[in-house]
Amino acid sequence: MIISVASGKGGTGKTTVAVNLALTLAETESVCFLDCDVEEPNAHLFLKPELKGSSKVTVPVPVVDEKKCNRCGLCGEVCAFNAILPLGEDVLTFHELCHGCGGCTLFCPTNAIREEPQEIGVIEWGNSGEIFHVQGKLNIGSPLAPPIVKAVRAHNVDRPQCTVYIIDAPPGTSCPVVSSVMNADFCLLVTEPTPFGLHDLKLAVDMVRELKVPFGVVINRAGLGYEDLADYCKAENIPVLAEIPFDRRYAKCYAKGGRLIDEFPEIKKTFRELRQAILVSAGRV
Amino acid sequence: MKELLVVSGKGGTGKTTIVGTLAVLAKDTPLIRNPVLADCDVDAADLHLILNPATKESKEFFGLKKAGLDRDKCDNCGECIPVCRFDAITSHNGIIRLDPISCEGCGVCYRVCPRQAITMEDFIAGHWFVSDTPYGPMVHARLGIAEENSGKLVMEVRREARRIAETLESNLIISDGPPGIGCPVISAMTGVDLVLIVTEPTVAGIHDMERLYNLAKGFDVEVAVCINKYDLDSETSADIEGFCHAHNIYVAGKIAFDERVVKALTRGEPIIMPRRRMSSGAQRTSSDPHSLPDTTARAIEELWTKIVVRLY
Repeated sequence: MIISVASGKGGTGKTTVAVNLALTLAETESVCFLDCDVEEPNAHLFLKPELKGSSKVTVPVPVVDEKKCNRCGLCGEVCAFNAILPLGEDVLTFHELCHGCGGCTLFCPTNAIREEPQEIGVIEWGNSGEIFHVQGKLNIGSPLAPPIVKAVRAHNVDRPQCTVYIIDAPPGTSCPVVSSVMNADFCLLVTEPTPFGLHDLKLAVDMVRELKVPFGVVINRAGLGYEDLADYCKAENIPVLAEIPFDRRYAKCYAKGGRLIDEFPEIKKTFRELRQAILVSAGRV
Repeated sequence: MKELLVVSGKGGTGKTTIVGTLAVLAKDTPLIRNPVLADCDVDAADLHLILNPATKESKEFFGLKKAGLDRDKCDNCGECIPVCRFDAITSHNGIIRLDPISCEGCGVCYRVCPRQAITMEDFIAGHWFVSDTPYGPMVHARLGIAEENSGKLVMEVRREARRIAETLESNLIISDGPPGIGCPVISAMTGVDLVLIVTEPTVAGIHDMERLYNLAKGFDVEVAVCINKYDLDSETSADIEGFCHAHNIYVAGKIAFDERVVKALTRGEPIIMPRRRMSSGAQRTSSDPHSLPDTTARAIEELWTKIVVRLY
């Protein structure tokens, strides 16, 4: 079973929920944690896995053989991403713009273009207690996150057979998020009762509906006195599966890299109930 | 004309709240001429929620074209399937299916198809808007759900903000940046005059700030840091200051954790109200309402002053 934890808005507590849920699920299931927030992977700060392996994530980028090239200019016409530009006697390539579609190489009439792997990030894996942890990290300066998300999800070296996969998705609703939520069995949307939280939740709801993934909401920092969020969930028939109250002690625990369920028995209870609710929604219980 | 970009790497550090507050303060600063606001967080744009813009203009944003299939011409030969590297073309019981969400618009299938059954179609990937706010014109955008090219839309927003700023002879653009360090952030960051990183004293906050700082360094952009909620964890705050000191990064402000800020936000208000009314005819109220007439307001005003000094 794959559970994606997402949120339109950043900083709503997505990683907190994903980590504490993973730890709670690990009491009864074999859990694999996939940190797909590859621009800013943070779950490791709380799960503290012992990393035992890593591999590079690459995209194939074009390299032009000047001797074979007849300057026909077709590669520039084919490339939708402006990553290859024939300019007079030269063919310029911009590898950071390349999506690795292979078009230029495929259509070059003189076979002057070959592909070379260009590193855009890494994936790393290891164990955090009973949990098998995989994380992706986008190289600084590289713009292309989705291939790393896909690599994290596809990773299977050293990975034990798990019954539950928890995906910590990036914030927002654009391509890297879609890569993290697509084909999940369930999606938890973490939000907070503020106008920002509600606004971005609506965007996230549109996204999961479009992807046809069943979902429910977790309200973090509950009790701020903004009722519109609960009203919206009710009107849209969206199940609110858990509420975590606004409490400075929880914020402090998070700040230090602590795990809420270890320090607060009431939170442990909340997450056990959340586990049950998800397993029921997904038809597992 | 100067461009100030406010980013955070990690979400929820208070970036948008601070941008909204700086917008109010900028309007009140005699040195600043006709400030223009740009919300470059096109994926989950929130600045409009505190600045209450009145939208004047709405424009369609075309992303890359996407592949479409002409069923009448397609004979399901399947030649398009192996050439697609994004798994956007599949065959179900011998019938070709295109997935517009996975399609990245490279057009390879379109060129390979022997029957010209695949077309590349224009695609509205989002919208951008020009609006009026009480604090100056604002350019913002909305990327469609599950869309690519957020970087390109950020470029559009910045281009329009610059155009307006030139017309108004403005000397400042304040941009609210996207989260992360990927393509939209890179688009928002290139060529700005100052990047203000709003961080928080949490293990995740410091981690993300470091990655963001390294990105900015790679683009040779000047960086300043604001530690929001600094009293939440004084040790981690000290670590952040230590990092900044070691890397020669200017710490422009420290703002205490204040629950009233959150409460003000739930009411959809900027946390500082304007000191003087700029619009003609409106009278200046004697109380000069500041919703937070105390340490938090002063801390943000100090932050603003330091930014202005840094910029000009």
